[in-house]
Parts: sequence; C-alpha cells; structure tokens
Amino acid sequence: MKALLFERNLPRFAASRLIAAAGSGKGAGVGPLRLTDVDEPELPGPGWHRVRPLLSGICGSDLALLDGKSSRYFEPLVSFPFVPGHEIVGVVEGGPRDGERVAVEAVLHCAVRGIDPVCPSCATGRTEDCEMIAAGDLPPGLQTGYCAATGGGWSGMLVAHDRQLFGVPEGLDDDAAVMIEPTACALHAATGVIASVAAARLRDAIDDERPSVVAVVGAGTLGLCTIAALNRLRRSPGAPPLTLIVIAKHPHQERLARMLGADRVAPPSELSRAVRRATRTHQIPPAGGAVSVRGTHRLAGGADVIVDCAASPSSFTDALSAVRPRGHVVLVGMPGPARVDLAPLWHREITLSGAYAYGTERLDALFGAWHEAGHEDVQGQAGLTPQDRPRTFALAAEVVADAGLGRLVSARYAIDRFEDAVAHAGSAGRRGAVKIVFDLRRRPGARRTAATRAAAAGSQPGRAAGAPQGDTPRGQGAQL
Amino acid sequence: MSPRPGFVLDVDRSTPPTLFWHGEGFRLEKLPEGSRVVYPPEPHTAIPDPRHAIRQALHHPLGDALPLPEQLRPGMRLTIAFDDVSLPLPPMRRPDVRQLVIEEVLEMAATAGVDDVVLVAALALHRRMTDDELRHALGERVFDAFAPHGLLLQHDAEDPTGVVHLGVTDTGEDVEINKRAAESDLVVYVNINLVAMDGGHKSVATGLASYRSIRHHHNVATMRASRSFMDQHHSELHSSNWRMGRHIAKSGVKIFQIETTLNTDTFPNQFRFLQRREWEWSLKDRASYAAVSRATAAAPERMTRSIFHSIRSPHAMSSVQAGEVEAVHAATTRNVYAQQLVEVDGQTDILTLGLPYICPYNVDSIMNPILVACLGLGYFFNMYRGKPLVREGGVLIMSHPTPWSFHPVHHPSYVDFFEEVLAETTDPVEIEARFEKSYATDPWYVHLYRTSYAYHGVHPFYMWYWCAHALEHLGSVIVVGGNRSAVRRLGFKPASTMADALEMAEDVVGPSPTLTHLHSPPLAMADVR
Ligand SMILES: [Zn+2]
Ligand SMILES: [Zn+2]
Repeated sequence: MKALLFERNLPRFAASRLIAAAGSGKGAGVGPLRLTDVDEPELPGPGWHRVRPLLSGICGSDLALLDGKSSRYFEPLVSFPFVPGHEIVGVVEGGPRDGERVAVEAVLHCAVRGIDPVCPSCATGRTEDCEMIAAGDLPPGLQTGYCAATGGGWSGMLVAHDRQLFGVPEGLDDDAAVMIEPTACALHAATGVIASVAAARLRDAIDDERPSVVAVVGAGTLGLCTIAALNRLRRSPGAPPLTLIVIAKHPHQERLARMLGADRVAPPSELSRAVRRATRTHQIPPAGGAVSVRGTHRLAGGADVIVDCAASPSSFTDALSAVRPRGHVVLVGMPGPARVDLAPLWHREITLSGAYAYGTERLDALFGAWHEAGHEDVQGQAGLTPQDRPRTFALAAEVVADAGLGRLVSARYAIDRFEDAVAHAGSAGRRGAVKIVFDLRRRPGARRTAATRAAAAGSQPGRAAGAPQGDTPRGQGAQL
Repeated sequence: MSPRPGFVLDVDRSTPPTLFWHGEGFRLEKLPEGSRVVYPPEPHTAIPDPRHAIRQALHHPLGDALPLPEQLRPGMRLTIAFDDVSLPLPPMRRPDVRQLVIEEVLEMAATAGVDDVVLVAALALHRRMTDDELRHALGERVFDAFAPHGLLLQHDAEDPTGVVHLGVTDTGEDVEINKRAAESDLVVYVNINLVAMDGGHKSVATGLASYRSIRHHHNVATMRASRSFMDQHHSELHSSNWRMGRHIAKSGVKIFQIETTLNTDTFPNQFRFLQRREWEWSLKDRASYAAVSRATAAAPERMTRSIFHSIRSPHAMSSVQAGEVEAVHAATTRNVYAQQLVEVDGQTDILTLGLPYICPYNVDSIMNPILVACLGLGYFFNMYRGKPLVREGGVLIMSHPTPWSFHPVHHPSYVDFFEEVLAETTDPVEIEARFEKSYATDPWYVHLYRTSYAYHGVHPFYMWYWCAHALEHLGSVIVVGGNRSAVRRLGFKPASTMADALEMAEDVVGPSPTLTHLHSPPLAMADVR
C-alpha cells in the first residue's frame, strides 16, 4: 500500500531544519517524509484491528516534526520508520467490529501495550499520562503516528487496539469525525481550565456573579476547538461563569472564534489590553514610561487562566505578563526549547502546566470544588455523559456535534499531493484555512459529502486561496 | 472698513478650487458647478482696550447681579473657576483672555480684602492641564501667586470628598458639583465662548460636575433631542444644564458669570491664506499655501503635528459680559451668532467638510479616529440653526487623514473604545447600554484621570454620543484620504479622492445631487431656512 513514511535520516532531517527557517510547512518534501510502497502493518496480537483511514488530519505537532522543530525530548519516545497521522477517522476491516466507522484514540498506553498491571497513571484513568510508552508489546511510540509497529493515518491501513477505537456517532460526517481527536485534546485542556478556575474561586472566595477571565491565545485548530470546548463546559449547570477572550491573528479566525463562543476577540498585540479591560485591573507602565498604547504591557492583576495554544516563547512571555498573581498558564500547543524570563512566574506565584492529549475526564472532580461550595448535583445536570469517568472522545464528539466543528476542515488532499498539503497546513492561517486533512476514501461518496458541505456552508473557511476542496478523491481508489 | 458679512458662493466655471482642511495639511478641491460654499463673516473688530472693557463689565453687570466689587468682602470664601485647555482653539497668543479677566477679578478681590481665594480649572471629565498650559491660560503672575500654595486646583470629578450632591432637579437629574465651589460665598466663572454651545449654565453644571451628574445630559437620547446643540432653544443638552443651573442657584450657590467671545481671526500671518476667500488669494497667499503644503507633505507626521500644535492664534476678544448667568449668556450668544451665522437657503443632498488638525480634545495631542468622527459629525454637522445643512438621508463627505493613532497619555480609554467597542458595534444606543458603565467605572481609567493627564474613561462615549444626531440623520458618511481600516472601524466609507466620494454619494442620494461645502476656517454656522 501507499504510505507517507518518516525515516530516521539525519542529513535529510538537517536539510528540513534549514528550509524550515523560511516558514512552517516549507520543509515538507525535502524533509525525511517520502511517499512509498510499504506492507500493511501486521496485527500485533489479540484485541487488535485493521483500520482503513478515511480522513487523516495534519496536526501542528506533525508540522513541527517535518520542520525539524520538535524537541529532542521526544526522540526516545518514537520508533523509526513510522507513518505519521494521529487524527484519524477510519473503517475497521475484518474481525468482530468489521465495517464500523471509528475515530482512533492515538495514545499507546499500558492496556494497548499489553502491560498488566497497568502503570499508576493508567490505573487512575489518566492514560494520556501513561508512564510506559516505551515498553510492552510495542516498540516505543507515544501515539499511533509515532510508532513503527502500528502504522499511521497518512496511509491506506493501520492497526489499532480495541481500546483505541471510538465508534463514531451516526450524525457525524467524516469531516466532523476527523475533528474528534483534536477536539479531545482541546476538551482535556478545557476541563483542566474549568477545574483550575473552580478551585481558585473557592480558594479566593470569589463572588458568584463575577466571571473568571480566561484568555485563549491562538485561534488555529487547537485554539478554536478549545473555545468550543470551554463554551460547552461553561454552559453546563454549576459551571463557574467565564469571560472568554480569544487572541486571533487572521480575520477568518476572528469570525470563527466569535461563532464558537468568544466574548471578545482581539489581535495578538492586544492580549494585555483585552485582559485589562475584562479584569479592570491597572496597567504597570514601563519603568519611567507612560501608558503604552500598543503591544504587550504588564498588568497589575490579570486573567485567571491563559490557555496558550501557540506555545512559542513570545506567546508564553505575553501570557506571563497578562495572567494574575496565582493565576494559571496552560500550554496546549506543543512547546519546544525556549528562553524565557521566569521572574514573573516566581514573583506572582503563577502555575504553569501542560495539557496533553486525552483519556478519560472526571467530571465530578471538574465541578467538584463548585459542588462543595453548595451547588448541588452538578455532575448529574452537567449535560455531559453522567458517568464517573467518561472518555474524553465521547465528550469531544458531543462538542464537535454541538459546535459544528466539521466546518473547520478547510481542504482535503490525496496523499500523493502531500507536499502541497503540508505547505497548505503550514500556512493555513494566512491562507484563510483551519484544518487540512488527507483524504484516503476510495469511493466517490467522498465527493458527495464535499458537494453537500459546499452547498450547505456558504461561510465555510478556506474557500478562498485556492483550497482544492472536493477535488481530491479522484482516482484514489485505484492507487490504494 | 467694517468686516464683510458671510455669504453663500455658487460655484461656476471660473471659481478657483476650494480649500479643505485635511488634518495637518490641506487639499484644494474643484467642486462641481452649481455647488454652494458657505463662507462665514469676516473676523469682527477686536475691542481696543480689553482690560478696560472687562472692568466695565464687572462694574455694570447684566441681569439682577450686583457689581462684582459690591459682592466682595473680607472673610468671604471666593472661588474663581475657569474654562480649561479645550478652549479656545487654537490656543491664543498671550495674554490669554482668562488671564486678563482673572487679573481684574483678583485686583478687585484684593481691594476688598478677600483673602480666601481659590482658582479651579473646570475640567469636567477632561484631562488635567499641565503647568505650562496653566501658566499660558492664567499668566505667570497668577500662576506663581496661587499654584505654589495649593490654591490653584483642577476639578476632580472622581474625588469622593471633593464633590457634593445638591439634590435632584424637577426631572430627577442628580446635581453634584465641586465642593469648594458649592461651599463658597461666591463663584466667579470665567468663560471663553468659542461656539454657541459653550457657556451659560453649562459652565458650572458641566464644567464643575461629576460623572453621576453629567451622565444625565451626556447621553444618546439627549443628544438626539438637541437640534442642534449649537441652538440653545432647541437643545435638550441645554435644557438639562439649565435645569441643573437653576437648581444650583436655588441651593444657594451664588455665581457671577463672566463670558467672553473671540473674533475669528484665527491664524497667524504665515497661515493667513486659510482665512481668505480663495479667489482673493494674493500672490503672497499662494506662495505661503505652496510653502506650507510642501513642508507638511515632506515632513514626518510627528513634525507636522508639532508645527501645527505650536500655532498660537491671534484671535482677540470681541465682547465681554458679566453678571447673572442667563442674562450674560443671552448677550454672549448674540455676539457668537453675529460672528458665525450665515443664512443658507434650503438643505443640500451632500455636505462636504474639511476637518482640521485640532478639536477641543486634542490640544497638543493626537486627533485619533474617534475625535475625527466627533469633530465632523458632532461639531461641524451641528453648526446649524433651524434645519441641518444636509437633508435627512443625505451624505456627509469629510476630508481628514484619520490616522489609526492615539495619544497614550491623553486617551487611554479611547484606544480600548476603538479596539473593543467599535469593533463590536457603532450603534450609539447599543454602545451606551452595553459598555458605558464598565468604562465609566474602570478603576484604571479613574486612576489615570485623577493622577495623570488622561480623559475620563467615559469620555470616548461622549464623543460618540455627540455624533448620535448625525448618525441617525445621515444616509452615509464618507471620509476622503483617511486610513481605510480606521475609517471602516468608525462605520464610515473610505474614498481616495473627492471624485470617488461624490460618485459613492450618488449611490445614496441619487444622480445630480446638490452639494454644499461649509467652509472653514474660520468657524461658520449655517442658519438654514
Ligand atoms: Zn495532534
Ligand atoms: Zn500506563
């Protein structure tokens, strides 16, 4: 079968780093990614399934990988060669779940690896924090799409453990289904934000009426999904009141952010101004200087939580200047090595945390602090699946449906146009696009879906800038 | 030779291009044949001996007021309040008329043995004046006699211990004014009446009031019911201020009002062409126009700004009257109208305006886009009596570079208003309902208003409310030569040239429209029949 393969090839990797300096996405094609014929991956054991991808997204972490910008931290956590692609909707081929349309939970945790007893993190349901991602039945690999044995989404076939499969609900089309994985990442971050806010409100005895201010920095796929997730969670009975500020660079991002629930959208230079307005705090003028009109300035107070979806040294530095003392900065985008001044982190007792992937969410913990404060039975009323620990994917699927996140898919490419696809993904914001996916569907049904969507959604992002919408599936069946 | 009256020129083939202000520069526009240009009367003659005239006015007050010397006695508490840096425009050459008036008042106070005298700048919600500005307005002698002893104050509308609530008017408006003034035996108010809106009861009821009080007339409903606010008898803004003024008087606060008018001799010699009618430009006027245009075109923005803001106007006092507020203001208004009113026959489809570099709220500062809107739709649009110069559903075309630029110290809340409020909506009613309170009470803006040189947090809202009558009346607003994004943010349409603007305007008002240009400088007010 055809697959995009990522090999350990240091000279090519170095070249991609060099080219990447010219802008994200440009490294593809000269980087260590190539289109090749490979054997379909073998089933590693019982409980595994063959999954034929339908759509598979290009994630920011993929771009970092292709650009050679990933942290070397990940090197022991992957195994070469591997097929990238971890945002997957596919169809099960053979076995007891034959023909089922599934989204794939990419994390390769203890249960997937046949490790028994599972690690302490897995034991509590936090499979995203699995400690054994380089052990067990599989070679190292933090996720499908980084592991030599499982295959990945950017190909005609992969294998996935039964625990990884999430049956896609009837009402979600393929575009919506491919958004479940990134939305799960966002939802996991959002539950963390709500828990943090609820705890802080209890700790600081904040009056019920006063909203907590949360700023989401970045309005690409992850940012937009995070807004949708936060907007869903805050509408749940018992949720703390939130004011949601979004920092968006491009006009279509601004429009989508508003549509998905942002209360205030501001351009990147305006983070501290927007936060100051929402919190009514003072600005700290630069030493000896006047009030600053534009750009970042320090605030006396600040946002309760800043969700950094850009995770660059500059966005992180901005976040530190606009978060309140004892506030919380969450890195949701994948960061790398950075040089930043941590003095404010120390002086203002700021909490810095990451938000990675997904597993299960504890909704009782989520609204627990609120609960203790006298609000009753929030979990039962939350409108979300009232199980003890629902899968993040189940919650994410609801957010995708609720917020119509399928519309974030801006363009679909056949894998033999991977250079164009990656270039498009690398410049998605500038080109008015959000999510770029590979389209691996065999039948012209794909075309039908695209046509229906085009007819349905006049305001769809990415229609300009020559997005090759709907023209990709042609002839794919024969090649696969 | 007595000054020629204003008149309306009909543009024909031989008419030279018309001068338009364009911020810190000018444009010469060839207006279509058949257009009208409204020229104000020429500057009135200055009073030859202003000090003498002031003394006369203080000794022979209008209305039921006693002569000022008879109201002064030892042991009394006297407060002299004066108009702030927003008047006159441009700032006048020394000596400023406030200095002349206050020196005479102080002379009389000293003669009478009054020793508890405090000066208060009537800022309302404007920025504080700098020491240099105070020295300029009051003169060195007055400044040095009062400032070092803490006797030269600036009204602080947000000082909870500095204002006092005098109750409410018959219609329920809070009257809350400066405490020192309210508790004085006499308040002498020293005014400069540049346009008909200024002065009267508005001096104390607005200039020395708090937000709690001002919000009763600085709002959308009031401004829409003020047609125009340059015509006191058809202005709800004035009705409200008059109710408050009468309530203040009824509460026992004694006010001795001194109002002055200036003639419209607005610009010094090198800019004299600004005041001449174009077909009367001499060779020297042409040469200075060319020189100024060249200089402003070549120089960086910051430099042209500082050139223009350093202009000190030669305008001279044309009248002074003192005494009881309403009687004084009636006389003042007559004088202002005599200088500015021009009879115009009927409305127009399109009104054109050239907007200058300065308005009341950017002295020594930046004319940000909100101020551009206010100057055009607030001030100039309202320079009418009777009916607006432009018909309902008509188009206003104004010329100004409208830079996306803000003064960081003077206008902090304006930046937020532009970035947050206008990005959401330009509807004054919605803006008032959704955003005003939060800006008016934002502690950071309060802090900057009180301790720095910032306009109050609510001030940009007032600028927008000032536009509310025009926004409701007009079919469209077009800005020629402005920053396109800034113009769009204001809800207006950008055009690169006057020709483009006229074409766009025809889409709104139909083909072969009538066009009227309100010429400035100097200031003109249309008496539309
Ligand atoms: Zn991802
Ligand atoms: Zn584990």
